[in-house]
Amino acid sequence: MFADWPLLSLLVWTPIIGGLVVLLAGDHGGAQGAKRLALIFSIATFLLSIPLFTEFDRTTSAMQFVELYPWISSFNINYHFGVDGISMPLVILTTFITVIVVIAAWEVIKVKPSQYMAAFLIMEGLMIAVFSALDAIFFYVFWEGMLIPMFIIIGIWGGPRRVYATIKFFIYTFIGSVFMLVAMIYMYYQSGSFDILSMHTLKLTMNEQFWIFIAFLMAFAVKVPMWPVHTWLPDAHVEAPTGGSVILAAIMLKIGGYGFIRFSLPITPDASHMLDWLVIFMSLTAVVYIGFVALVQNDMKKLVAYSSISHMGFVTLGLFVVFMIWENPANSDLSGATLAVEGAMIQMISHGFISAAMFLAIGVLYDRMHSRNISDYGGVVNTMPKFVGFAVFFAMANVGLPGTSGFVGEFMVILASFKANFWFAFLAALTLIIGAAYTLWMVKRVFYGDIANDNVAKLNDLSNREFLIMSLLAIAVLILGLWPAPVIDVMHASVDNLLHHIAVSKL
Amino acid sequence: MTLDALNISIAWPEIFLLSMACLLLVVDVFLDQKQRNASYLIAQFSLLATAFITWTNMAGIRLEGFNGTFVVDPLADVLKIFICLVVALVFVYSRDYLKDRNVFKGEFYVLGLFGVLGMMVMVSSNHMLTLYMGLELLSLSLYAMVAFNRESGRSAEAAMKYFVLGAIASGMLLYGISIIYGITGSLHIPEIASSLAKQSEMNIGLVFGLVFLVVGLAFKLGAVPFHMWIPDVYHGAPTTVTSYIASAPKIAGFAIIIRVLVEALGSLQSDWQGMLIILAVLSLGVGNVIAIAQTNLKRMLAYSTISHVGFILLGLLAGTKAGYSSAMFYILVYSLMTLGGFGVILLLARAGFEAEELEDFKGLNQRSSWFAFMMLIFMFSMAGVPPTVGFWAKLSVLSAVIDVDMLWLALIGVFFSIIGVFYYLRVIKLMYFDEPTSDEPLDNTLEMQIALSFNGVIILLLGVYPGALMSLCFSVFS
Repeated sequence: MFADWPLLSLLVWTPIIGGLVVLLAGDHGGAQGAKRLALIFSIATFLLSIPLFTEFDRTTSAMQFVELYPWISSFNINYHFGVDGISMPLVILTTFITVIVVIAAWEVIKVKPSQYMAAFLIMEGLMIAVFSALDAIFFYVFWEGMLIPMFIIIGIWGGPRRVYATIKFFIYTFIGSVFMLVAMIYMYYQSGSFDILSMHTLKLTMNEQFWIFIAFLMAFAVKVPMWPVHTWLPDAHVEAPTGGSVILAAIMLKIGGYGFIRFSLPITPDASHMLDWLVIFMSLTAVVYIGFVALVQNDMKKLVAYSSISHMGFVTLGLFVVFMIWENPANSDLSGATLAVEGAMIQMISHGFISAAMFLAIGVLYDRMHSRNISDYGGVVNTMPKFVGFAVFFAMANVGLPGTSGFVGEFMVILASFKANFWFAFLAALTLIIGAAYTLWMVKRVFYGDIANDNVAKLNDLSNREFLIMSLLAIAVLILGLWPAPVIDVMHASVDNLLHHIAVSKL
Repeated sequence: MTLDALNISIAWPEIFLLSMACLLLVVDVFLDQKQRNASYLIAQFSLLATAFITWTNMAGIRLEGFNGTFVVDPLADVLKIFICLVVALVFVYSRDYLKDRNVFKGEFYVLGLFGVLGMMVMVSSNHMLTLYMGLELLSLSLYAMVAFNRESGRSAEAAMKYFVLGAIASGMLLYGISIIYGITGSLHIPEIASSLAKQSEMNIGLVFGLVFLVVGLAFKLGAVPFHMWIPDVYHGAPTTVTSYIASAPKIAGFAIIIRVLVEALGSLQSDWQGMLIILAVLSLGVGNVIAIAQTNLKRMLAYSTISHVGFILLGLLAGTKAGYSSAMFYILVYSLMTLGGFGVILLLARAGFEAEELEDFKGLNQRSSWFAFMMLIFMFSMAGVPPTVGFWAKLSVLSAVIDVDMLWLALIGVFFSIIGVFYYLRVIKLMYFDEPTSDEPLDNTLEMQIALSFNGVIILLLGVYPGALMSLCFSVFS
């Protein structure tokens, strides 16, 4: 029944228009009005995204739910939406996480709740549009537009150093992306169109590919973020309100990974091949070095932020290790590469759930104690048993315990890395130790032991609202961990097609 | 000389505007201060009617009149309509401000209308003297307007600086024109072009004349290193006049660059391209970097204007149709967004308070979230962040430059626009993230609020659908 609906347009515009409605409604009708409206719009968007999954044709790698209208004829820019197996799961992740974020803010946001809710709804629409845009400039408009609500969210509702953090965030990402814009315009004059799929088949010389790859790398590496351009992330995470951190970690970082899959690999396969050592080096540095950095953090949010960078290292590792897998004479088929890319994808989705849950858990504590310092806590389990149950579960998922979604992606990527080079796999696997160290050490210091002080003794356990969002995320983490097959099915055809495409040199 | 060669009818809009300005001059004498609104209404009617007459007379082809000294083509029509509408918006923004400062006088509108007339003549000039006449009519009106608040020493100083530097620029321009006349034997733009096209070898005198012309134009437009007057004049002039100077005259300035450099001296493109590259790069760099250090919003916008001029020159120096139309798109968009920026300053100003320091914008979101949002749109648009129209302006200029294989210039452009983002963000930071220092309510007329909201919404709507305006700019040059 949904076959003829312009589903993607609805998904993009429902939250944006909803956000404007919430903004115009303002805070006059009592504090609850804006929140209820926002909840209705976010749930409606989530429901609209379900048909994407159920009606999805798993046998083809072609774009589905395509909408194509001319937009700006002077530059041949089109209003072009469509999803394949790579972007569709990320769209659903976005709609799901936004519902969680809206509920999570329910009692917490006291200052201008309507603007807060509106910013998140508008951002949801923009993020969905980034994942489903098939025209490069159309993509770029949403990619940059997304910065505006995030800038506002961190700046208004953030912590004490919010201004520094939000300006750093904006300028960092802006620097990365303008050079991507120049690369896109350059390719427009080569191919006569901004259509992403026609850029995939565009013939480019090695020199052109090199510079275009660098431009894309600047944009996406900042977004992922990869070492050494990750420094904006801990600042932004620490200062952002809980909802902002959740969206940043769960979705915005994925946009960087998505960009590598949609732009860098298929448009510049030869440059990707030539520079894969660089990306792999940066990824492994993130996994190992940033893991150690996480170990010494005193601030819980900062710790989780560094752990995010470390986990995102797996995504980029999985995406760029494919060339080395092919080069290794011991492998005869494509399956190793498929494993790597699918592992990276699963890691993105799983990290979306787990990092969201971790930041929400810290938010739950912060709302009660107004502190994120590990040293201010201790023995929380005595006063908040239900909460600690969830928190420990998510911590285990963060470590990559089998049975949780964190295990699946990391395991697939490590397994695939073995086919390329033993030492890559060895270094990547170190995360199982380092990750366990920093996560469990934090768990021990915050949740277990004796009650540290009076403030901890006065803590109340989870409210029903908090229980609801925690359970939703826990279910998602468990399902993806125990039975990832439906998600892998969805992306399989597209990943295969991508790999066949990049296996052929453009030269 | 026959009447046919005069072809008076193509100048109807100018004739109408001149008559209305003279009428206003007379009527205003007989009004006492309570009836001054009548002058305002007459001025607004004149502008809108002029725009309407221009629109109904649009022929879509090139027509010459007054023995070839005056030309009407699609470029002129579109620019004239925009000039009239932009100035009408300036007048809406100005009324409260002028009343609060006891300078709500008919002369402001008379001078404003004569300025518009000057701009329209510039836009339509097909002869170097017509062009010079229009330019002087505009400049003299502006000198008087800058000094309009005679109580203010700062305004008088600004007017003096503007006058001296403007006179030097006019002199340069005139000197350049006379050298070109000496070499080609004509002041008529098409004749200059055809005479130059016949000259096969490089003439050093020609380059000499070209340099003077470019310097004169750069002075008028405010490109580095001829930008010194801009910050002082923007800062010293009453904010209403600043918003006038910053918007419409830039459109007219663009038109004379097209008339002089492209239509008359098109065959010297390889010579002026290099000069414009230097001007553009310097303007982008100096404008964006020095703007960071400003604490006064009017000065900050002055430096931001300089950087925008750099971008416009980037489009022009590409030397292709796409380049000219992208520069035209940029200048139209620029005039709308800069007008909005000054509009918000005028909105916050009240009797005895100018609201021109950056600090005055602290916490605007808590005082009026709607107008803070409007300012946010203007700032992001100037910074070139989608989905505002400023992004499309930058995109079209960049793509024109990349199209002629000057990738490095495009990279310089984006590099400086990154620096530019910082000071625009600072304004947003002050409005949204800081606590207000004043809780004075905004008591503006409904007319002002509607006009400013319209201005902001247009920027946003053009950002969502820039196609129509873009194709209009393309069609003008094809």
